[in-house]
Amino acid sequence: MKFVDEFRDPEQSYALLNRIRATATREWVLMEVCGGQTHSLLRYGIDVELSGVVELIHGPGCPVCVTDIAAIDHAIELAHRPQVLLASFGDMLRVPGSQGSLLTARADGANVMMVYSPLDAVRYAEVHPSLNVVFFAVGFETTAPATALALLQAQKLGLRNFSLLVSHVRVLPAMETLIQAPENRVQGFLAAGHVCCVTGFAEYENFVRRFRVPVAVTGFETLDLLQGILDCVTQLESGVAKVHNCYSRSVQRTGNQHAIDVIERVYEIDTRVWRGFGPVTSGGYSIRPELQEFDASHRFNLKSFATNNVAKDIEQYSQCRAGDVLSGRLKPCECPEFRKTCTPETPLGAPMVSSEGACAAYEKFHPRVQL
Amino acid sequence: MKHLSDWSLNCPILISADAERISLAHGEGARLSRRLISETILPRVASAEHTAFTDAAKVTAIGCRLAICTDSHTVSPMFFPGGDLGSLSVYGTVNDLAVAGAYPRWLTLSLIIEEGLPKVILETILDSVARAARECRVSIVAGDTKVVPRGAVDGLFITTSGVGEFMDPIPPGPGAIQVGDQILVSGPLGRHGIAVMSARGGFTLDAASVSDSGSVFPIVTALRDSVGEHLRAIRDATRGGVSAVLQEWSQASGLTFTLTEANLPITDGVRGACELLGLDPLYVANEGTIVVAIDASYAQAAITALRSVPGCDRAAIIGEVQPAGISPLTIRRAFGPPRPLDEPSGAPLPRIC
Repeated sequence: MKFVDEFRDPEQSYALLNRIRATATREWVLMEVCGGQTHSLLRYGIDVELSGVVELIHGPGCPVCVTDIAAIDHAIELAHRPQVLLASFGDMLRVPGSQGSLLTARADGANVMMVYSPLDAVRYAEVHPSLNVVFFAVGFETTAPATALALLQAQKLGLRNFSLLVSHVRVLPAMETLIQAPENRVQGFLAAGHVCCVTGFAEYENFVRRFRVPVAVTGFETLDLLQGILDCVTQLESGVAKVHNCYSRSVQRTGNQHAIDVIERVYEIDTRVWRGFGPVTSGGYSIRPELQEFDASHRFNLKSFATNNVAKDIEQYSQCRAGDVLSGRLKPCECPEFRKTCTPETPLGAPMVSSEGACAAYEKFHPRVQL
Repeated sequence: MKHLSDWSLNCPILISADAERISLAHGEGARLSRRLISETILPRVASAEHTAFTDAAKVTAIGCRLAICTDSHTVSPMFFPGGDLGSLSVYGTVNDLAVAGAYPRWLTLSLIIEEGLPKVILETILDSVARAARECRVSIVAGDTKVVPRGAVDGLFITTSGVGEFMDPIPPGPGAIQVGDQILVSGPLGRHGIAVMSARGGFTLDAASVSDSGSVFPIVTALRDSVGEHLRAIRDATRGGVSAVLQEWSQASGLTFTLTEANLPITDGVRGACELLGLDPLYVANEGTIVVAIDASYAQAAITALRSVPGCDRAAIIGEVQPAGISPLTIRRAFGPPRPLDEPSGAPLPRIC
């Protein structure tokens, strides 16, 4: 398949692997920020191939995983209200809140619909004027332009029965939180390629200057990942800390201006609670006040969940160590609950069920003991 | 609450606003029921020998070993590229008989209809049932019809039970699988699941997939005629895809199944859709594609036999059976060490980004 197979070429992948091995004089600790990268690394066993050369710590870049439990609880509560239909991406439906997931809520009679695109939810609202359609908008800067466009489309159509329950997150503030944590071990970052498609990487130039840590903007195929790792290792070996674009077929320094404009028309930067992190300053987006009629938390009078501490309390009392996993302090396979009390059928936390979750990646690709 | 637009979603039939609809009265055993059965259902689906459905059909079996199976069918949308609920409800049951080693002979047909279903949809689905039954040379000999209030079912549910006669040789089953056996598939993987998913989602993926929905009886027959005694197990890889079948076989045999990614037959459309949606074709449903375990010495002969069947030109050896290893299923990709292939816990859900 064009534009995929070229970037999975085994011969070139092995050549890059050997170059990484030849370049590293010691073991370096890198974090791949995005959950999609985690899955690719484990799917191809790159973590195994580089054992002793590069330790890969898995980052927080799974939008579903970092969504605050309180936000999911709000979504479930809305879905149970009469004449409300809650729509979201399939990935979001299995993620547990404090009392089950949107899927279990649907089994309990809540009105929950899976959509492929936020615009599908707008269309549904248009055809069903008697229903209040709420789209649960989760995701990084990658997804925010699409949900913003949905809102603008609803506004253009004059729909009064469409709103967004927003839990969008921004990736760079979380990286800043991670690197400043006292127990941080990360020496270089593979930045999330698809986030950078939207935002560009100019902002990262400040980040590398401030924290003296190399950043490689990295894609998702084997060659992309190995190129990003090689770049970071080369920088570390020569004592350099710069931003390099290793995903230039998709990413430009200034990003996608049209997408940025759409985000800015609809959203403003806000503090947001991240699962595992707590409140992250500038860590998310909220709907601008002038568009609040499309904000589900305003329309349905939900208590603000942007900065509450409910999630932290819940996590404290549960056995789930998602916070440690999401901040790179714990590998999923080191968690005492992994594959024991925590399985895809009975997840203790989101990383076990999201398709980009680190625990799900280990559940899928990490060898089991003998049968 | 169902709107007209929901009924017509992806439905190839034009439905006018005043179209005749099925009402609860059609299910209440009185005149309307009788007329629905005698005017709409029987003329379409009843076989020549069973023109009226009595309480129990009398049939004459040649052999004495019978296979009996039943399967309920629901699919949303009812019409998808490459098939519809009607043909699916025949093929599904016929295929269960075929992979068990039986010749499909008789079917029963039970309809649960949602009040308000446009009659023209029911008629179209029944015509499709009849066509598929003729193709599979199976007679529909008994049936039942119920109409339930709006919302109790999603349009139309069809249950078919099948009776078949066993033919020799019968594959012994997954317990007989041995180290060294080869794993074959009869065609490209995941076509049905992607066809339904794209029809359901309403997203436009150019020619993403046409369902493989069809009878596997000719495929099984070709195998039995050529390498029958060397077959270990045959299954149609429906929900859960090829992965679900192999997980079961691994449990039954206590062995590890190792697949080679480069050998998996996958159409460009399915591959593209899976890449886009974050799915793995090994987990996606098929409706007319079988998985076969066979003695390695006869694998090539089996492939030759399979490829002689129309539509099976991409039949392939996709893996082999090994002693129990790191996982019930493992996969060799073009790059990196063999990795476990896990079993999904529920339906595949598309990812966010």
